[in-house]
This record gives sequence, C-alpha cells and structure tokens, in this order.
Amino acid sequence: MDIHEYQAKELLAQRGVPIPRGKVVYTPAEAAQAAIELGGELWAVKAQIHAGGRGKAGGVRLCKTPHEVSKVAETLLGTTLITHQTGPEGKIVERLYVEAAEPFEREIYLGFVLDRKTQRIRIIASAQGGMEIEDIVKTHPEAILQIEIEPAIGLLAFQARELAFGLGGLTLKQVQKFVTLTLGCYRTFRDLDASMAEINPLVVTREGQLIALDGKMSFDDNALFRHPELHEMHDPAQEDPREAQAHLHGLNYVGLTGDIGCIINGAGLAMATMDMIKYAGGEPANFLDVGGGASPERVAEAFRLVLSDPNVKAILVNIFAGINRCDWVAQGVVQAARELKVPLIVRLAGTNVEAGQKIIQESGLPIISADTLAEAAERAVAAAHGKTA
Amino acid sequence: MSILIDENTKVIVQGFTGDKATFHATEMIQYGTNVVGGVTPGKGGMKHLERPVFDTVRQAVKSTGAEASLAFVPPPFAADALMEAAEAGLRLVCIITDGIPTQDMMRVKRYLLRYPKETRTLIVGPNCAGIISAGRAMLGIMPGHIYKRGHVGIVSRSGTLGYEAAAQMTALGIGVSTSVGIGGDPINGSSFLDHMALFERDPDTHAVVMIGEIGGPQEAEAAQWIKENMSKPVIGYVAGLTAPKGRRMGHAGAIISAEGDTAGEKAEIMKSYGLFVAPSASELGSTVAQALATL
Repeated sequence: MDIHEYQAKELLAQRGVPIPRGKVVYTPAEAAQAAIELGGELWAVKAQIHAGGRGKAGGVRLCKTPHEVSKVAETLLGTTLITHQTGPEGKIVERLYVEAAEPFEREIYLGFVLDRKTQRIRIIASAQGGMEIEDIVKTHPEAILQIEIEPAIGLLAFQARELAFGLGGLTLKQVQKFVTLTLGCYRTFRDLDASMAEINPLVVTREGQLIALDGKMSFDDNALFRHPELHEMHDPAQEDPREAQAHLHGLNYVGLTGDIGCIINGAGLAMATMDMIKYAGGEPANFLDVGGGASPERVAEAFRLVLSDPNVKAILVNIFAGINRCDWVAQGVVQAARELKVPLIVRLAGTNVEAGQKIIQESGLPIISADTLAEAAERAVAAAHGKTA
Repeated sequence: MSILIDENTKVIVQGFTGDKATFHATEMIQYGTNVVGGVTPGKGGMKHLERPVFDTVRQAVKSTGAEASLAFVPPPFAADALMEAAEAGLRLVCIITDGIPTQDMMRVKRYLLRYPKETRTLIVGPNCAGIISAGRAMLGIMPGHIYKRGHVGIVSRSGTLGYEAAAQMTALGIGVSTSVGIGGDPINGSSFLDHMALFERDPDTHAVVMIGEIGGPQEAEAAQWIKENMSKPVIGYVAGLTAPKGRRMGHAGAIISAEGDTAGEKAEIMKSYGLFVAPSASELGSTVAQALATL
C-alpha cells in the first residue's frame, strides 16, 4: 500500500525525523489560510499523489504570497498529474500539502528497502540527493553508500555513523542528527512493516539543520492486518477503480492496454497465459488471478471486472483445477456467460475436467473450447480479431 | 528415489483440525502419504482423521517420530509455527499459507541460522502448492493424479504453472521424480538453488525443470550454479514477458523493480548458462522431451 507524502512525513516525525512545518489542504482557501498560519515568506505547494517525479511534472511549486498559494492551489486541485511514474493515465490531485519553504545548502539521498537477495533491510545513502536513485546509480555509482541490517539486532548507531562520515562534509553535530534521524526512519520502517521508505532530498538548511524535505513510504500489504493506523491512510482515489474493486472481492487484477480479457487461476499461470496471447499475436487486456477457490461468485465478479474494460473484444478463461474442481468452475462460467456479448474461450484442465467440459458443451452457449494452452491463446486471438480458428 | 519426501516419510500437519487442513490431509493420506498426526494448540489428546492431535510440535515429534510437516497456519501465526517446527527438530516444513508479512519471513530465515547447516530445517514455501514425489507421497495441495511417476524433477515458483508442466509431460509419457513449489513470495524458505542441489544428488532424477517468473534474483543465481555444478540437463522457463514494470502480478514477489527482474532478462541469463529454455509455457513438455533426448 502506498501513502501520501504528508502521511509518510507524519509517521517519520512521530519517530524523531525532523520535517518542515506543513498542512494538508483540500481547497484554495484552505491553502491560503495554511500559508498564513505557517508564516514566513516562501511556501511550497505540493500535489499529493501516489507517485514520484512530481517536481518535473509541475506538481510542486514555490510561492511568495498566500494569494499566490491559493492561485496555484486552484490550478492544481482536480487536475490529473502525469509523471514518469504514473503511467499515461496519471493520478488525480485531490489534496495539497503546503509547507514553509526554507533555503537549504545541500541535498542528501536516504532510502530503505527490503533486499530480496540478502533477505535483510538495506539502507542506501548518497551525497547526490535530489536526483532519483536510478539516475544516481547510472551517473554516480561511486557516490552510493549501502549497509545491511542484521534482523536479530536492528540498526546500530555505528552503522548510521559510518554512513554519515561516508557522505562527508557534515559537522559532528550534524553527524549526530543524521544518526538520530536514520535510527528513527529505521524504526518507522521496521515497526510499520514498510516495504520502501525514501527521504529524497534530506536537506541541510542554511542554519545547519537536517530536514526531510520529501518523504515516500510503501507498506507490505500482507502486514496491514496488524497496523490499523495505516488503514486510515488508504486513499482509494489514487488507485485504479477496477483494481480497487477486485481487491474488495479478493481477486488480483492489473489493467493493461490489450483487448483480450483474461480470467485465470494462479498468478504464474496467469502471466504465462498472457505471454501465450502475445506469442499468438494478440495483446492481453488484463492480469486476473481468481485464486484457488474459484467459486461461482468469484467467477461472476471476475467477468464483471474484465467486461468493465471497454477495450475487451474476447475473454479467455484458463483454469487448471487443483483444489477447485473443473465442474464447479464450469458452472460458474456458464452462469456468468449467459449475457455475454463478446466471444468466450474456455480451457479447463485438472481435477474433474471431463465433467467440466460436459457442462460447457451442454450449456448451449457459443463457448469456444480449447484443450491446451496454445490452442486457447490462438483461438482467443482469432476471436478478438473477428476470425474463427 | 526422490527428493525431500517418499512413502516412508513421517508427516504431521500443523493447524491439523482446520477445514482446509482436514481436506488436504485426507487427500494426502489417500495418495499414500504417511501422515502420523497433527498439531492444533488446545486440541491435544483428541483424535482427528484417526490420528493423534498434539498441542505442540515438540510433543508430536516426541510421540510420533515425525520428520516433516505441512503447515496450514493463518498468516499472523505462520512465522511462529515455522520457528516452533525448527526448534522441534523437523527436517522439513512445507508452508502453504499465502499472505505472510515479509519481515516475518526475514525473522524466520534469521532464526534458522541458530542451527548448524547439517541439522537446519528446510522450509518449502510459503505461498506454494507444496511437494509431491509422484506415486509415493504428497505434502501439499496439488491434484496428485496429474503426476506420472518418473525421472524428471520440477521446481516452480507458481503452483498452477507447475501443474501445467506436469500435465504436458504426462501427455508425452514423461514422469516426475519430485515436484517442488517454492512459492510466490519475495522471501522463500528455500530457493531454486537449494532444490537443484538436491536433484543433482538424487540418482533417480535425470533432468530438472525450473519454472520462474518476474522479480527477484533467484533464477539467475540458480542458473549460474547449474552451469558450474550440475551434470543433469535443466529446462528453464520464466513467466511474465508481458508484465508491466512496477506492478505486482498477483504473487507478492512478482514485481519488476530492479535490473535483471524481467522475464526476458532472466530467460537470456538461463540461455547464457546453457539451460534449455522453453520459448512458451505450452512448450514446457516438448522442451523437456528435447532435453531428455540429449542423454
């Protein structure tokens, strides 16, 4: 689960990471009011979306008067911001974060990830802050510092100190501040089951303070059950509505740009079937894993989801039944297919496959059957292109 | 022969009395698995499926001599159950549960380092279909009837794609020694490499199929090890050529987030290390046949 910048900063601040003073606002009037309450002479107005690259896309603006803050808020609120991380559909801006902007002298990168190779939390830091980590890796690979955290012990102060001295140019006082905030960030990451945390940039202000100017965090969906405080931070407006709907029904759906809708059990088989469609000359419209227990209700919901994409010209159902039996799945498919306006290709395999195929055949519906994965993909591509295979 | 389990392996089920565990334990017993009991805290002393139930894994091991377990424990309690199994001295634990927090698995893996390598518990899963030694024993939730007994090993991150491979092989008359699902999570109890090493030592396995997917460094690591250490032919396949970057494709671990994570890159790495790479999922069986023809 992703959260907004202001929410990430709030969580980090609770554990000792210094952040600029700021307020989240929903209207231009609130934005101006926030600027007045925060005081000062310069404000940053930042679009709150679940994606990076906001600055380059015009989603972060500096303003010199509360009036300017309200004007900028007016132009940003309600728009769809497209950055290199949002995809072409962009993300809607419904909230802004107004911050008291402070002049700074230096930008540092500080990131936390779950490293799959070492199976540990890894900290990445670089003196080349303000750039994206992918770009730092390409242009300044020598400027990247990394440490791994021993899961049974946690982050140790000396490790954070090594990073601070490695970054160079910090006074002893600043080194101590860096250690405190890095430990705070680590605790936030560990205690809340984060999967990613990034402070970029961490700035050194003219007064010599270290402040998290930006903050980004994602959390492990599997651990949300033990963090009720994170549930409240969930913002459905930032999600694809179909994916949110799928989630409600315990289905895994990812929308794509092709025209062949896919309903498959198992994530690996789903990906392999999408690849087969491509191999046969077509393009999948979605990834959809109906899971182990493909009950008639789940199958019906899967059909509704796939059909809510107007680009879908044919649907391919591929079920390799293990726990669930083919006859049971077939009943669900037949029920869901009664009102269907696009061609339907069904491939069943595994437990009770003969009984399942019989139900499909005897339904009297124009369902195209396939015995193998290759056959199913070829027939789906032909059907989507208006041919019969 | 086979790897990990056979008809003599004494098996217990953790979370024995739950609905799903009951269903699958019944299937396992019918398949011929030597299920000697199970564990459900608070239900010790009962009988379930005509087998004893224990409160703790330690008691179960002591009374039955169990060496392996199948864990059907809900995500919040799964890590604890795995560490309990390790401490009780089980040689093998297969965990089916989907949805275990990643940091919990990190902790489990770290905990296992307490034990010397020779006696350390091998964990298979989580988020997997389990293990089957065709015609001998099953420690999982797969449809046992699709596997024909034979001499090809299978290791797969995906459950259903493992079924697909087995079914295609059966259709061509090719049998399986053991099939292992290592699971779709970012941190697995055991990796492709762990099982490749076991298959290499198993005289009854003549070739191995490795079915990967997008995300993580495991396939590349295993491919390099295969090139350097393995005498048997390995058939590789990687699902997810059409998966977009940065999107999670069902499995918690199936996400392209770093260099080398894509299906295309992994397939190229496999080829460069001399594996037989199936060009598509429908050619898994035929590629195995080609590889066997070289023996």
